[in-house]
Parts: sequence; C-alpha cells; structure tokens
Amino acid sequence: MESNSERIALECRDLHKHLGEGEMRVHVLRGVNLKLYRGEVSAIVGPSGCGKSTLLYLLGLLDRQDSGQILVRGEEVPADQDEAHTRVRGEHIGFVFQFHFLLPEFSAAENVMLPMRKLGRLSEKEMEARACSLLSDVGLGEKTHRLPSQLSGGEQQRVAIARSLANLPSVLLADEPTGNLDVKNSLMVFDSLTQLAKEKGQAVLIVTHNPDLADKCDRILRMQDGQFID
Amino acid sequence: MLMSLAGIVFGVGFFISTQAQLSGYQELFIETILGTDGAIRIEDRIQDSYVFVAASTSKGDNTNFFIADEKNRRFVEGVEHPETVIESIMELQNVEAASPVIKGSIQLQSPLRKDSGQVYGINVDDHIAVSALEDQIQLGSIVDFRMAPMGIIMGHKMAARLDVSVGESIIIRAVDQQRRFTIAAIYETGVSEIDKTRVFMHMSAARSLLKKPHGVTFIQVSVFDRNHALIDAEMIERVANHFTAPWQEREKSWMQLFKTLKLSAAITVSTIIIVSGLGMFSTLFMIVMDKTREIAILRSMGYTRNDISNIFLWQGVIVLFWGTILGCVLGALITYGISRLPMPLSGIFATEYFQVKSTVWHYVQAVVAAVVIVMIASLAPARRAARLVPGDVIRGTAT
Repeated sequence: MESNSERIALECRDLHKHLGEGEMRVHVLRGVNLKLYRGEVSAIVGPSGCGKSTLLYLLGLLDRQDSGQILVRGEEVPADQDEAHTRVRGEHIGFVFQFHFLLPEFSAAENVMLPMRKLGRLSEKEMEARACSLLSDVGLGEKTHRLPSQLSGGEQQRVAIARSLANLPSVLLADEPTGNLDVKNSLMVFDSLTQLAKEKGQAVLIVTHNPDLADKCDRILRMQDGQFID
Repeated sequence: MLMSLAGIVFGVGFFISTQAQLSGYQELFIETILGTDGAIRIEDRIQDSYVFVAASTSKGDNTNFFIADEKNRRFVEGVEHPETVIESIMELQNVEAASPVIKGSIQLQSPLRKDSGQVYGINVDDHIAVSALEDQIQLGSIVDFRMAPMGIIMGHKMAARLDVSVGESIIIRAVDQQRRFTIAAIYETGVSEIDKTRVFMHMSAARSLLKKPHGVTFIQVSVFDRNHALIDAEMIERVANHFTAPWQEREKSWMQLFKTLKLSAAITVSTIIIVSGLGMFSTLFMIVMDKTREIAILRSMGYTRNDISNIFLWQGVIVLFWGTILGCVLGALITYGISRLPMPLSGIFATEYFQVKSTVWHYVQAVVAAVVIVMIASLAPARRAARLVPGDVIRGTAT
C-alpha cells in the first residue's frame, strides 16, 4: 500500500511571485501551498488575474518563483538552475495549453514524437509506435500522418494531449485546455485528458473558467488574490 | 533566405575570381622579372671596415680584439673574380645556374637615327640558363647570335626607334671607341624599359668595347625555388662577401602594390558577403520573432537553450554549406571564363589574355570570410531565441 507522501507527484511550499516592474509591480502569488497526488485530477478556478496561470507556469517550471519551494517527486528543483528546470520538465511534466501549439510543419505523430526525441530513451520505431498508440488513445488513430492544418480544433487539442503524455510524465498541467473549443469538443478533450491521466497514474492540474468541467474533477481549488481561499 | 544564399554564392565566387586575376598578373610579373633580371643578382664586393674593441686588460690602443663595423661598410664596384664566386655559390642546394655579365653605357648609331642604351656582355649559354632570353626572341635566333662574334640581340622597341631589323648592322660607341655590330636577333620582354635600352652582346666583344679586361659588373643567378631566394641571397652575401639583390627586394614596391590590390579587392568583394550576412541576420531575426510560440513549446517539452540556439545556427550552416559550395563552383567558372578573354597588354609585362592563377588559398580565404560573416549573422538571432522565457511567451498568448 502506497503511503500518502509517496503519492505526492508535485508539491509547492510558500510560493511568492511578483509580476511587472516599478509602480506596475504586482504581488501575484502570496504564499501558495499545494500538493498534487498521482491519479487525482484537480482544478483551479478563480477570477481572471487571480494568479491561476502564473501558479501553473511556476509549477511547470516555465517561470521562476521569487521565493518558496517546488518539489517534483519529493525532490526540490532549485529556482535558479535553468538546466535542472529543463531536465525535470522533459522527464516529469506534461503541458496542455489553451492553444494547441502544434508545429505546423510536422504531422500529428511527429508532433507527439518531439518530447520523446529530446528525452532520447526510445528508438525511432519505438517512438513511432508509442506516438500512434497515444493518438489512438485520444481517438486519432486514423489521422496520425495528418498535418495540424488538416485537423479540426478539437482534434488538434487531442494531439496536444497525446503529446503531453509522450514521456509518461508524473504531472500533467493544463491551462484552459478547452477554452478554445465548443461544448462537444470540450467534453471530449476533457474526458480524454482525465481518463488517460487516471489510467497512467498521473497527477493532473487543470486551470479552467468552466464550472461544469471543474465539477467533474476530484478536487476544486478556489483561488483569489494570489491565494487559495478554501 | 534565398537572397542571402545568392549573396553568399556571388560573394564567394567574386572573391575567388578577383583574387585569381590579381594573382595571375602578379605571377606574370614575377615570371617576367625572373626571366629578365634573374632571381638573385650578385653585385659589388663588400669591404668591411673593422673597429677595435678594448679589453679590460688592454693597455692603451694595444688590443687584438676587433669586430666588423657593418654601419661603415664600403663596396668595391663589380665582381673581381666571378669564377671563384660562381664556384662557391654553386655549392648551394637551391642555386640552379649563374651567369657573369658586363654592363656599360653605349651610344647606338643606325643609318637614320641615334639612340643610347645599356650593353650586357654575356656568355650566351650561361645567360640562357638564368633568363628567358631564348624564349623572348621574336626575330632571328639565339643560334644566329651564337655564330656571330660581332652579333647583338636588341630589344624590339629600340629596333623600332633606330628603324633597324635582323641582319642589318649598326655602330656602337662606348668610352672612346666605336665598333660595327650586326643585329642577330630582336627580343621582347614586355617590359618597356628593358625593350628600349638593353642590348646583349658576347662577353669578349663587350670587354673589348668597354675596355674591361677583368672582372664583371654582376652575376645573375637562377634558383630552383624562387620563394627561397631571400635566404639564398643572404647566404651568398656571407659566403661570397658580395652585395646581393634577391628579386623580392629589387621589386619590393611592386610586390607591395600587388599585396595592397589583393587586400583591397578582398575587402571590396567581402562587402557582398557582409550585405548577405545582414540580410540573413534580419531574416533569421524575423523567424525568431515569428516562431516564439514554437520555441516556447519546445522549451516546455524539455528542449534546452542550446537545442533552440542550434536550430537557428543550423539554418546558418545550411546556407553556409550551399553558399560556399556553389560559390566555389561559380568562382572556378568565372576564373576559367576570364582566362579566355583577350586583353593585350605590355609595359611592365606582355600578355594577350587576362591572366589568372587560382590557388587553394583563394578558396580557403573566401570560405573563411563566408563562415565568419554567416556565423556572426546567425549567432545573434540564435542567442535571442535561446534567451526566450517560455512562461512569458505562453502567458502572452493566453487570454
């Protein structure tokens, strides 16, 4: 039986972050503490500008906190070491953004293979097989060789989900993953994201404005003025 | 990017062809001076003056220590014992042949005109070995000259001025006597100054005319490796104790002129590569600005700053690779094409066609110039791309 601490995929302690310069400087995050557990889907909700996305980017090591600690699988990631950030991102963290950010010159399968290429743990054939398998999981098994421009908005976002899972990350961070989709596609993308993550035992954190989607998550974290209010 | 590639191709091509042209004319000039005045000239004998050095134990001026005082060297005109000097210098590995020459001022009188000039008394076989005189003969032949004890070889400009030709005779005056000589051959070196003043005659005839029964004015030396002539000259000066003038020193100002022209052409043509580099810089910069989202997403996947930087440097490398290969091919083609163009020229040398001489160094220099400029042009955008903070970019695109 796994202990509670072993289930923690990502943790942050007393995170502070300021944005802007001089008089425009704003204290966006004010001592945020959070633990994300494997196999659990959490949603952060709150008004625009409350610091949701900023927190997500800090947890995803895409930005640096002013103070506080971030621990991935129990190990602290130093805030000032870009190389460590990059390595941990590549191995343990997957991202899904509001926009799919697929590289237009590459096919769906090649886009999914990009994180695997960087990690370099699989052969070319293994990468191809894995990309096709992930695309099948999100319902795009027939469209692996299509370019992003030949896919619908919902399909593009599902390719982005497959890409985020490419290296079997411990944590999946999603910033408004359905914000750009209609209701039908939103549900399809959300279901793909949460179902796959649960199957593979990943911690999922979703930033969303959509209360219906948030209600479907295991945990809802409400944020206001740079702090969790519950 | 295609425009930048075209610029690199033309820049490299023009660089190679201009350098080949200047090297071609420089080579022809060197060949001309080696063919007329030889690689090294051994001229006046050095007479060192010595200064005494007083030792601490010396009493008054009584000392046995003395050293050569190079500042107060004196020169005795001409080479008094040419056979001894030639025998000693022929021991040097790079010395090919040597020809003693008597030189003096003369007056020439044809049936119609008078002219002044310089007579060169030579041993024909020796002189052929140190010069291109045989190849420079246009009318008559070296055989005719060899067979005629009172024969002379005259420059074509002088012959034109005196209005004489092969087989005709002229009177030559020197010191206080005059002799009649027959024109055995007429030569053209392409060097106007030589072609209108220099007259070759047999050594014995020159000795008699100039009243110089002993010694010679100088010894002309040819060498196997002309680039080694400076060192050889220095050795000869020490061994033979005569002042020597290697071709590099005699023609120093011309060599400097060619060097300056080559540098100037290289700088001018490099501007084409520089402009292409600027074009490439702005194109890559635009790509970086346009692809910030893609860069950010790659960074989010674990791609390092170096990985991102390398993407843009590779674009530069690809342009550089094709630019230099096509540029080298273009340079070779232009150089070949130019060498077929007629360009009659005489004065400091004679030629009928454009002169070119390609060396590997021209290609290396052009490629190095392109590498430096393209890498500088690629580096700044690549560094800019690598510095992008993914969080800032993605936050900026989010609603």
